Amino acid sequence: METPLTRNIAPGKTPPNLAQYEKAGGYAALRKALRMAPGEVMAAVKEANLRGRGGAGFPTAQKWSFVPMGDDAPHPKYLICNADEMEPGTFKDRLLLEGDPHQLIEGMIVSAYAIQADVSYIFLRWAYKLAAQRLEQAIAEAYRQGYLGRNIADSAYSLELHLHVSAGRYMCGEETALLNALEGKRANPRAKPPYPQVSGLWGKPTVVDNVETLCCVPHIVNHGAAWFRSLSRCSDGGTKLYGVSGRVNKPGLWELPMGTPIREILEEHAGGMRDGYKFRGLLPGGASTDFMVTDHLDVAMDFDSMQAAGSRLGTGTMIILDDKTCPVGMLHNLEHFFAQESCGWCTPCWSGLSWVEQILKGLEDGKGQVSDLERLQSHARLLGPGHTFCALAPGAAEPLQSGLKYFGDDFDRHIREKRCPWR
Amino acid sequence: MATIHIDNRPYPVKDGENLLQQCLSLGLNLPYFCWHPALGSVGACRQCAIKQFKNEEDKHGKIVMACMTPATDGARISIEDPEAREFRTSIIEWLMVNHPHDCPVCDEGGECHLQDMTVMTGHTYRRYRGRKRTFHNQNLGPLVNHEMNRCIQCYRCTRFYRDYAGGRDFDALVLRNQVYFGRHQDGTLESEFSGNLVEVCPTGVFTDKSLKQHYTRKWDFQTAPSVCVHCGLGCNTIPGERYGTLRRIHNRFNGAVNGYFLCDRGRYGYDFVNSEQRIQRPALRKDRSAPLQSISKGEAIQFLAGLVANGTRTIGIGSPRASIEANFALRTLVGPERFYAGVSEQDGRLLASMLDILGQGPARSPSLHEVELADAVLVLGEDVTNTAPLLALTLRQSIRRQPQKIAEKMHIPHWNDHAVRAAVQQERGPLFVAAIAATRLDDVATEMFRGVPDDLARLGFAVAHALDSRAPPVPDLPDTIRTLADTIAKALKAAERPLVVSGMGCASAAVLEAAASVAWALCNTGHPAELCFAVPECNSLGAAMIGGATLELAFETVLGTAAYTGIAADTVIILENDLYHRADAAAVDQFLAAARNVVVIDHISHATSAGADMVLPAGTFAETDGTLVNNEGRAQRFFQVFVPQGDIQESWRWAQDLITAAGVDKDDPWLNLDQVTAACAASIPGLQPILRAAPTADFRIDGQKVPRQPHRYSGRTAMLANIDVHEPEPPEDPDAPLSFSMEGYPNHPPPALNPRFWAPGWNSVQALNKFQDEVGGALTGGDPGVRLIEPLPAGKVEYFTNIPSAFERRAGEWLVVPLRHIFGTEELSALAPALAELAAKPYLALNPGDAAELGLAAGDDSQLQLKRNSGQKYRLPVRLEPGLQRGSAGIPVGLLPLAGIVVPAWGKVTRMGKETPS
Repeated sequence: METPLTRNIAPGKTPPNLAQYEKAGGYAALRKALRMAPGEVMAAVKEANLRGRGGAGFPTAQKWSFVPMGDDAPHPKYLICNADEMEPGTFKDRLLLEGDPHQLIEGMIVSAYAIQADVSYIFLRWAYKLAAQRLEQAIAEAYRQGYLGRNIADSAYSLELHLHVSAGRYMCGEETALLNALEGKRANPRAKPPYPQVSGLWGKPTVVDNVETLCCVPHIVNHGAAWFRSLSRCSDGGTKLYGVSGRVNKPGLWELPMGTPIREILEEHAGGMRDGYKFRGLLPGGASTDFMVTDHLDVAMDFDSMQAAGSRLGTGTMIILDDKTCPVGMLHNLEHFFAQESCGWCTPCWSGLSWVEQILKGLEDGKGQVSDLERLQSHARLLGPGHTFCALAPGAAEPLQSGLKYFGDDFDRHIREKRCPWR
Repeated sequence: MATIHIDNRPYPVKDGENLLQQCLSLGLNLPYFCWHPALGSVGACRQCAIKQFKNEEDKHGKIVMACMTPATDGARISIEDPEAREFRTSIIEWLMVNHPHDCPVCDEGGECHLQDMTVMTGHTYRRYRGRKRTFHNQNLGPLVNHEMNRCIQCYRCTRFYRDYAGGRDFDALVLRNQVYFGRHQDGTLESEFSGNLVEVCPTGVFTDKSLKQHYTRKWDFQTAPSVCVHCGLGCNTIPGERYGTLRRIHNRFNGAVNGYFLCDRGRYGYDFVNSEQRIQRPALRKDRSAPLQSISKGEAIQFLAGLVANGTRTIGIGSPRASIEANFALRTLVGPERFYAGVSEQDGRLLASMLDILGQGPARSPSLHEVELADAVLVLGEDVTNTAPLLALTLRQSIRRQPQKIAEKMHIPHWNDHAVRAAVQQERGPLFVAAIAATRLDDVATEMFRGVPDDLARLGFAVAHALDSRAPPVPDLPDTIRTLADTIAKALKAAERPLVVSGMGCASAAVLEAAASVAWALCNTGHPAELCFAVPECNSLGAAMIGGATLELAFETVLGTAAYTGIAADTVIILENDLYHRADAAAVDQFLAAARNVVVIDHISHATSAGADMVLPAGTFAETDGTLVNNEGRAQRFFQVFVPQGDIQESWRWAQDLITAAGVDKDDPWLNLDQVTAACAASIPGLQPILRAAPTADFRIDGQKVPRQPHRYSGRTAMLANIDVHEPEPPEDPDAPLSFSMEGYPNHPPPALNPRFWAPGWNSVQALNKFQDEVGGALTGGDPGVRLIEPLPAGKVEYFTNIPSAFERRAGEWLVVPLRHIFGTEELSALAPALAELAAKPYLALNPGDAAELGLAAGDDSQLQLKRNSGQKYRLPVRLEPGLQRGSAGIPVGLLPLAGIVVPAWGKVTRMGKETPS
């Protein structure tokens, strides 16, 4: 089984420096790409069926294709790596950032070349201090080697790359809020359309891609689209970093073929539930995805299968709910997070989520009423997609609505017994 | 045009406009908060949710925000869709989670958009059981009250204050349901437009602090359509009265003039009407050593009639802050040849020059709305924020015209506010600001130039020459100025709607002529340009059109020092004017002493009335009707708001009373304002159109007048019950088609007569929507006012050739130049307590280099001695002004201790010892 993304990464190992990265075949994709036309790079990524690994699964090449190209295109154009990994339970990008920074840099240069970007930024989560240090080092090395700056590898192509460390809000992970944050403004999301590819950073064409997505790109260029597709167990190309946290025997992160079923990840890689704990459910791809339960364990972890099963792949890093943990308490914890991270822009989010959080806290404190369930149900519906300005509140509504569906008895017990049965 | 289907009925709409604005324009009730016609759409509050369907077959549809969705031909939407209704109700419920429900003690109550929208959506029952979030409020200064607990986080305040008005000291802070709209710490809001927060806020977070001093609910106000008297722009206002005091000013939308906003001087200056300095009754002094003593109206008229009739030689001095009719009536009383303009000789010359330039040249004076549409602007010599504040706000919008094209290229609709701003970023259209010192528009200026008035004029002439070589070249022009002139010329030439702004702020004829030359050079080279002059007072242009000899000649006539004019005088009637604001104090003293009889007709007492032998109480704008001509040359009628106490009456009525009593030869007496207006229109060239400024007093709709009191006016049977249990007859109003009562035509009157914006279900200022054909556009029936001055497009005028030479420093002397301040410098608004708090204090501004040479530091006392003005000395603290040209010194003109000083003028500046008495 090939693991291109993590081939240079091992626990406890320092990341390869530029020389070591090159020795392992690094920056060959860049040299190859620079000999190709930008459109050819884009075509390869398209053929590889690479879908965005940030959670939404939007086809990467299609995203790029909306960038104005040619002599009339506005400049500077920007490529931004979204490394503001703040989704609860998610730590996949961190591995790539800390473990092989040159892989990301190479991926960014090749991707930037494909859209003919002039400037690129890595927008990094504030807490990723080690990653920041390693990225800074790697960027400096890349500049010294001529992989960044003017006339990259003696080609006509030039690209600047800057590392920006976020001030630290979940909201900054939303691509348009990220753009505002990068411009020094409040991290409120922007209305779409216009999309960032047309009017992005500083009003110029901009692509925002996730760390893992960008890391796939050099391998596609190196080995071809067919190879990339062959890595997968479904129609989407490539491997995927899958993670598991919760009361399993071996919580962790693994690079596996895209489309590996949940059960296989949970049992073979995470070693199954710890003794004394029973599986009750999971959030498959971060806090803003719908709960899945035992019935779903054979679903393949890819974008389309997960959608069909009523949830989303999200970041592919699952959080396991066991029988010794209160589902209402877990939801309260999650909704507290979402309410706290609401940027305060649109009413349903800033007011609705706070109300949801308070109802859940009331249930936990034994002050719940039957009508609270109606309120939670209606919020799960009213905070849905299209109702709010961005995806934060709909994301928060996903575990809420599925939690109410799968753990209704637990909610009822809180109200009936006027206490949290797990306390 | 496009056709859309709303709830299965076809409607014609404007293609590409947003659905909310179109639905409202169609008269449909769709609730909203964050959207504002002048601020555009941002999609924050989610209140205007509707259902949109793909096609006729689509029965499911999806929720969209009407404000963020363009109207496209064939679109199918539903406002009544149950899911959309439920969502809109939920929005209100979410807003009410934290809203304190303190309507009974909230100043917004009864005219609150949040109340209206809550009723409209039908949310009534409270289901939230938790605690409400609370905030600490800030002291934002004397104008705006802050009550954050009421906030619904619609972001209108910051969008107006920062994005629209360019303020920097107010922002949205913190996140989630804790967003705080305020300053980083307590303190007076810096923006000159802060009072608009009161009307922009859809609920009671920002309310009028001056109204709090004498609070009244909207339904208890008696109101009338009015015009602001605190600068020359003529913004339309709605003053509100209760129990004989004027209590607030609200904006009265006029699409061609002020649109949705007012400046703080205009909003808060009204309190002078309630001032203790008001003249309440006629007063007479027996001789110059005795004090003024109240007399009856009859005695006053009898006494005066004796003076006028007994062969005394009477002259009249008019006023640019009095109406056309008041000036004309005085002119009629004393005779045209004995009527003098109530402005300084310098101002008189400047105003005459402006009238000439606008009437004889090819450049048109734009309305404020047209200023907003300009796409390249040169401001020459005018500190507009301080002399014509709202003009600065409109210029701030004009810089968005050219960058708008960037957004258009990306197919971003103009109303998608944040998307447009994100696309445009820091791009700004050309705005060149040439002024004596720093201005509040510098932050958005393309380039700035600083100089004394002559050098500003030279820059203007250089631009004119760069545009049209037939305009005379400027001799000895330094390369830096030539380059700047070329840059300005290029930007103006490249524009579709170039605009030149200037005015009387520099007190320089050369600056006016230079500004005219630029505009004319554009017109003469195929670039029709507009020319906007700022004037200082509410009727500066109107009074100038009536004319009259100069004030200096009036002085000389009384003193007997005038060259032969055939006129001798010993009695002076001064109309609504404090001459100490017009001329050097010593000259006024001398003049008043020389006149045997000085009569002042005014509404406030001042230095001139204090020296008068007789004063007659006049009504303010709120107690009278009349016509004012603004800087555009637009005649606008203001209507009496309430009946004043006692003997106060219109200045023109005092004149008529005297005419009658003295038996002055005149046709039938004027019985109402219309007769004065008509006589004026008939006899003063150019004023004929003022008849059309508003309907006449006999105008009726369905046989009825327009009621000044709203349909919910309360207490009219009780207000005076302590005096008489019988409800008094409402006062008659012979001058206007408005009544002092609740009775009258209940629907929308013509815009010039509209005393309030109020519609069923729409109790807040946003009821305005119901008075516009298209929401955000002109008032239904047309924006009020009539233009008096039109350019001569084909007029071949000669360029001005009197180009001043470059400024040269003089050893030991300083050229004293005028600096402008919005607060404290305008006579009337300075009497409003709230604005008095913000008034500028006297100072002497020096370039830091000059100050160092004089051994002066900021705050040190200096002595200014002018070569003119009888060598009067002024002791003033020093302020450093880096923009000021070396060799010049600035003083804040218009402030009382410095009023009447005629600048530019040369003077000496010396350092004062700490102990030296002034």
